[in-house]
Amino acid sequence: MSTTEQQRPGVVPLGSPARIPSGAPSKIDPPPGEDLITINFGPNHPSTHGVLRLIVTLDGEVVVGLDADIGYVHTGFEKNFEQKTYWKGIPYAPRMDYLGFFANELAYVGAVEKLIGIEVPERAKWIRTLFAELNRIHSHLIFLGTSGVELGAISLFFYCLRERDKVLDLFEMVTGVRMHDRYPQFGGVLEDLPKGFYGEARKFCDEMPHRIDEYLDLVAGNPIWEDRYKGIGTIDGPTAIAMGLSGPNLRASGVPYDLRRSEPYLIYDQLEFDVITGRKGDAWDRLICRTKEMYESVRIIEQCLDSMPAGPVIADDRKHVLPPRHELHTSMESLIHHFKLVTEGFRVPPGQVYCTVESPRGEFGCYLVSDGGAKPWRVHFRAPSFVSLQSTAMMAVNRYIADLIVVVGSLDGVMGEADR
Amino acid sequence: MNAAELAEAVAARVPEALEDRPQGLVDMPTLTVRKDSLLDVCRFMRDDLGKNFLSAVTAVDFLGYGEPVAGYFGTERGRDLNAVGSWGSPETVEQPPTRFAVVYHLAHVGEGPPARVRLQVFLEDGEEIASVVPVWPTADWHEREQFDMVGIVFSGHPNLKRLLMPSDWAGHPLRKDYPIGGEPVQFTDAR
Repeated sequence: MSTTEQQRPGVVPLGSPARIPSGAPSKIDPPPGEDLITINFGPNHPSTHGVLRLIVTLDGEVVVGLDADIGYVHTGFEKNFEQKTYWKGIPYAPRMDYLGFFANELAYVGAVEKLIGIEVPERAKWIRTLFAELNRIHSHLIFLGTSGVELGAISLFFYCLRERDKVLDLFEMVTGVRMHDRYPQFGGVLEDLPKGFYGEARKFCDEMPHRIDEYLDLVAGNPIWEDRYKGIGTIDGPTAIAMGLSGPNLRASGVPYDLRRSEPYLIYDQLEFDVITGRKGDAWDRLICRTKEMYESVRIIEQCLDSMPAGPVIADDRKHVLPPRHELHTSMESLIHHFKLVTEGFRVPPGQVYCTVESPRGEFGCYLVSDGGAKPWRVHFRAPSFVSLQSTAMMAVNRYIADLIVVVGSLDGVMGEADR
Repeated sequence: MNAAELAEAVAARVPEALEDRPQGLVDMPTLTVRKDSLLDVCRFMRDDLGKNFLSAVTAVDFLGYGEPVAGYFGTERGRDLNAVGSWGSPETVEQPPTRFAVVYHLAHVGEGPPARVRLQVFLEDGEEIASVVPVWPTADWHEREQFDMVGIVFSGHPNLKRLLMPSDWAGHPLRKDYPIGGEPVQFTDAR
């Protein structure tokens, strides 16, 4: 972008921070004027990572009005949860944010565990942490790859998917499936780590930092990438907090808010890792934040592999936990418990809890209301993508439409999670 | 700050704002706020108590809460998917005073832990509640979603339209009396 283009009237200079519009915070009303055209951006645009429809009003190629329309993949997850016993809700959770699936499961399982007051064994907490971080790498790799595709840089996508496959191989090794694993259970995880996992995980940890170096070489030294990303979609810390941004989107604005550090769950208080923050809060900082967070995730995984204690992986609580498979053939009580848990489920004390985890996209929360029955009374998910997409309008207004693609991409929304 | 201290602080600043209601199992300080004082309490929470981060807004429909239903296998017609309630509650639960509740989860973003607080406001069917968009702009879509899903009207919201469902949709899917299990057809009610 040359200097003359930036001096075009109505176009804000690069790096000027976004302001919350006076009307609805997530919408920019187009100014009155002739020669404006309103177009549909999406719902099937590759850069929207799903089906996001933006109604964009353009003056030439400058965005002057924007309204987002979401809900194209609304599938009624919350209503579904209300119709299922708690136990049967677990497979639903990862299908919301299909890239950060493990965090969703952790939030839902954590909320139920809070209500039934079940104690999670130490080893299960370490395993959960390990997979939460593997999942974070997985999600950030997809982000990095697709953000390249949006700019027309295809090659990084293949490199990222190469490493993503290794992450998914590790998931497959332990859970049997590559995504949407239903691995966390109330009171622990389904099974212990199999033989050979440590070796493969170590190999991954040794290799991954070099790969991230490569990505950074490809991205950070690339003038096209810098031109497209730097100064775009800038948002300062207080505005980002007011707009509810969380996770890397908030940390890129210089706010070191990371639930793993400020409200430690699982075993994050025993681990050493840095909270990566940016300074300017533009798309570039968000990109670099996510990429560098992968280093920290690798560090955490290494610590998990080093110091994971031995012991049971699921609580010894036959009223809430499925009995071990082998007991079903020999023990009448186990068979009865299994049958009752699978058909009727278990009853959960009445109350309300809110369980939050740091998903790859930010603060993922699960609010659960129980009436004492076997099915949740109300489940509500606080989806970070849903919240962050609200800021699209204020970030993209008065910039070129090409920058809109960068803004949407850099917020890293997953529409499955935003629409639920 | 625990719930009692918090309630005291709020009462000193915004008198008569809180209702004293018994709570079931809760995991964070939970205050029941009177509908009319909501905005004052929210401003106090944000400006004086540092709750600068609105994490979520949730509306809950309590229709049939705690009432026993026809048991595991449902009614004589088979499992009645449209019946409200869960699969029966073995213990007596505290009935909410009204049909709906709107729940706000607040947090502090900055130094120290988030120190989460939950505010809940009980509403009758058809009652409106003040929008908190002037306090936390992020409430925009949260409130639109709850309007769409549960049908709570947030007065003063700048753009209260359906968000997730199609704009011409009838009904609010997360209400407990919203029919599920298929659309009514010719022989739906045949025995």
